[in-house]
Amino acid sequence: MKQFLSFISKEFSHVFRDRKTLLMLFGVPVVQIVLFGFALTNEIKNSNIVIVDNAKDLASQQIITKLASTTYFKISRELMNASQIDAAFKSGDIKLAIVFPANFYTDLLHTNKAQIQIIADASDPNTATTLTNYVNGIIADYQSQMNATIDVPEQINLDVRMLYNPDLKGAPNFVPGVIAMVMLLICVMMTSISIVREKELGTMEVLLVSPFKPLYVILAKAVPYLVLSLINLTVILLLSYFALGLPIKGSLLLLYAVSTLYIITSLALGLLVSTGAKSQYGAMTLSLVGMMLPTMMLSGYIFPIENMPLVLRILSNVVPAKWFYIIVKDVMLKGLGFSYIWKETLILFGMTVFFLTLSLRNFKTRLE
Amino acid sequence: MGTKKETVIRTKELTKKFGDFIAVDKISFEVHKGEIFGFLGANGAGKTTAMRMLCGLSRPTSGEAEVAGIDVYHNPEDIKKNIGYMSQKFSLYEDLTVLENIKFYAGIYGLTDKQIKDKSEELITKLDLQSQANTLVSLLPLGWRQKLAFSVAIVHQPKIVFLDEPTGGVDPSTRKQFWDMIYDASERGITIFVTTHYLDEAEYCDRICIMVDGKIKALDTPYQLKQNFKVDNITEVFYQLARTAKRGDD
Repeated sequence: MKQFLSFISKEFSHVFRDRKTLLMLFGVPVVQIVLFGFALTNEIKNSNIVIVDNAKDLASQQIITKLASTTYFKISRELMNASQIDAAFKSGDIKLAIVFPANFYTDLLHTNKAQIQIIADASDPNTATTLTNYVNGIIADYQSQMNATIDVPEQINLDVRMLYNPDLKGAPNFVPGVIAMVMLLICVMMTSISIVREKELGTMEVLLVSPFKPLYVILAKAVPYLVLSLINLTVILLLSYFALGLPIKGSLLLLYAVSTLYIITSLALGLLVSTGAKSQYGAMTLSLVGMMLPTMMLSGYIFPIENMPLVLRILSNVVPAKWFYIIVKDVMLKGLGFSYIWKETLILFGMTVFFLTLSLRNFKTRLE
Repeated sequence: MGTKKETVIRTKELTKKFGDFIAVDKISFEVHKGEIFGFLGANGAGKTTAMRMLCGLSRPTSGEAEVAGIDVYHNPEDIKKNIGYMSQKFSLYEDLTVLENIKFYAGIYGLTDKQIKDKSEELITKLDLQSQANTLVSLLPLGWRQKLAFSVAIVHQPKIVFLDEPTGGVDPSTRKQFWDMIYDASERGITIFVTTHYLDEAEYCDRICIMVDGKIKALDTPYQLKQNFKVDNITEVFYQLARTAKRGDD
């Protein structure tokens, strides 16, 4: 244990002595949060939406047909009460709900006015806005077609509700994304570089000749970066709370627990990179291209996954950040408990075990 | 050196193969306590591979080997407590200070806090580095780094210290000072197993072993070797033997 502590204290010395890297580690999330504040818009296709048709009359049917004829939506279920809609949102099954009141067509005919309620999941504000705009456009189109044939213009009012993020702030969407990225940056890049550096300097050989076990070398290397990641998580959460006014709706403990799991996944990936890289530069390139790039592209926080070609959609499932992103979004923004995220957590856990086993085995073979 | 001395390294037909390539081919030798044992050979002759097997870094393919009385097959972990190792890269952490390096290496060998403290003071005084104790190693001249690396390699009082081309890139006068440290350690009973490609350094060893193509071609005191080959320096001995090599540099 004493030996282990000596090692950890040495690792912390490395980290604190390298001021530039330290600055980068804590500067990157700040810069990212500012940068990604300018929301990115993207077209969205085949989103799952639900239409609750309490009217079942001519006008509602016509509008539904119109909605169904586009490629934007995949209309899944057609009758639900308010709490069922809520549940569907929480489970992430739907992005948008359209509710027709009972007397839709009658209202339209007799008072020339009718209401449609649109509820959107705004924890992903880009998707929510885009989808709402599509619905808006389609209904406006329907209205102008109708009004062309009659004298008194009929008016359909849209009542739009943005769930989870009523102000449509961009921040909620990317804060979990930044968390996922930064942890990956610290754990994969820093860990792999720090292991490869030992090899480059020849100190790894000395460590292997010493009675200090190789497994402990890895553990001792992981501890500082685990601590650093958790500090960084705290910084990001504080920043998003105070600077962006973004509250954490769910359990903080759960958030930290899941983050720790994700950090361990990333550390395992870092170890994996270190077994494949021969130089510090190689480790950095491999981390950036092999880990950061797919994470940025396929985790869903910059580009909506539902909008990708099938191959990429399937591929995105092997990116740990995708699952972590979903979990953080659910816990942080929707305030959901473990019973809602256990599936994603289980997948992440499975990945952690897989990568850890793989990298430890690789590390061992490399030593032979 | 007398033959009655305690044997600390013993190998018998020790062999290492990488696929079809026989890196080390049935080498047998003994090293005695406190001896300075030089291991010579061209690049690719197999000296580093042989050393790695003795350090427990590489598993032999066949043959026998005992280091500090411990079998390399069964208890490689026990060997590690009894040996020190210094590679040609000096293996210090350049972003740590002199003191931090000493403390770290002493720490991973499990020395107590008091031992670490005493040892650090002793080493720093001996190396005359008092004013540089808190200097980063990257700022030290190469010669001092080398001496520090050696001191650190024997900080836990090992029975044997393995030096893998420890004098690479260092000027002759610093090399001389380094050898003084080696003699000092040898007098305190630490066995020195050193590989080198500076042939003049071979003369400083008690006994030398010359490897060609994975095999031991000569093993004796420098004096005896010169007598046997009827030449007046080790360089000549080495060239005569190296000429028979079939393997090129690699």
